[in-house]
Amino acid sequence: MKSVKVFGPGCKRCETTEKMVRDAAAKLGIDVAIEKVTDARSIAIAGVMSTPGLAVDGKLVHAGGLPDEARLEKWLTA
Amino acid sequence: MTTETHDISPKHQTADWVWYAAVLGAAVLGWLAYGQLIPFSEWVTALFPVARDSHTGEAIAFFIYDVPKVLLLLTGIVFVTGVLRSWFSPEKTRAILAGKREIFGYPLAALLGVLTPFCSCSSVPLFIGFVSAGVPLGVTFSFLIAGPMVGPVGLGLLYALVGWKIATIYLVFGFTIATVAGYVMGKMKLERYLQDWVRDLNAGPVGDLPEEAVTFVDRLKVGAEQIREIVGKVWIWVLVGIGIGALIHGYVPEEMMLRIMGGEAWWSVPAAVVVGVPMYTNAAGVIPIVEALLGKGAALGTTLAFMMSVIALSLPEMIILKQVLTLRLIAIFIAVVSAGILATGYLFNFLL
Repeated sequence: MKSVKVFGPGCKRCETTEKMVRDAAAKLGIDVAIEKVTDARSIAIAGVMSTPGLAVDGKLVHAGGLPDEARLEKWLTA
Repeated sequence: MTTETHDISPKHQTADWVWYAAVLGAAVLGWLAYGQLIPFSEWVTALFPVARDSHTGEAIAFFIYDVPKVLLLLTGIVFVTGVLRSWFSPEKTRAILAGKREIFGYPLAALLGVLTPFCSCSSVPLFIGFVSAGVPLGVTFSFLIAGPMVGPVGLGLLYALVGWKIATIYLVFGFTIATVAGYVMGKMKLERYLQDWVRDLNAGPVGDLPEEAVTFVDRLKVGAEQIREIVGKVWIWVLVGIGIGALIHGYVPEEMMLRIMGGEAWWSVPAAVVVGVPMYTNAAGVIPIVEALLGKGAALGTTLAFMMSVIALSLPEMIILKQVLTLRLIAIFIAVVSAGILATGYLFNFLL
């Protein structure tokens, strides 16, 4: 079970990112628990300055723009 | 971290040359189409059952000419900007600006504001990230003002629609306002007017994001993605802006324009700012209006003031920033930037 956090105030790209994570996880057959972090304060504390940001198992892996699909799969399988 | 270049999944292996060819092909096509704009707009306008030199005919011709022109330019500018900005990121910018209290921190911040990719939806985390990492508040403001104010989309369209002289004036003064307004606010020691929780916050260090290997084709992809995202969002504002521009071009008598927006009326500059602030549109939407205003003889200073206040001061942006700034600080921010815009407006009305 991977825990994934998607950081973003709820813009369209943040939702797309969440969907990309779900799709990639389904494709790889990995169980994920996705948490959306939308509160500006929590986003800032996590060290994210450009959204959407992405953390896998507590480790920040991406910030700013949609993640690359290939890299996303790598983060989920790491 | 340079280990990941070889383990990319198969469908990402569109050959690089396809990308280069596609970009080149699109550029050539766009350039050819751009050359046909006048014959095209005249041809389409002639299809309407109105006299070409009537008010309606003028408005239609303006609209039909400007829509493809602005959309073509917008697409090209957004692409090039997206590629250029892929070399920058808020994290790198923050590292450059942190602790820069010296005088050149302000122009540097303004410059980076233009080059750093960020969308208004992440301006709150960005603001907090900057301030909590020791970027001085004034320098942060220079950054935040310059981003929208002298963005490449506005400058590029201004250059193409209104001419290089006015585009250059706009660039110089927009940049100066961002720098000076940041400096003034830095001197005012406004930290105490941040929202309490922001002052007390110690944001975590930016997670050590792995430096990903980025190829030039990756940057081209960023540019293409930007086209989809920005042009897809902004086109409606462009149509509305050109529609308003067309109405002004076709129907507003010059004599009336001179009375309202001429250089003689002292109140026209503040009025332009008051009208401009609540107007929420994008640079691409306001410049066709500017084009029509100037064409009808509106004073340059008044028009510049209008354009700057529309682009640089927007109500939605203020509402977002309300999360981190107290009302008092927002008021000071608006006042300082407006003062710069007013000064620019009066200066040009006086000089010309």
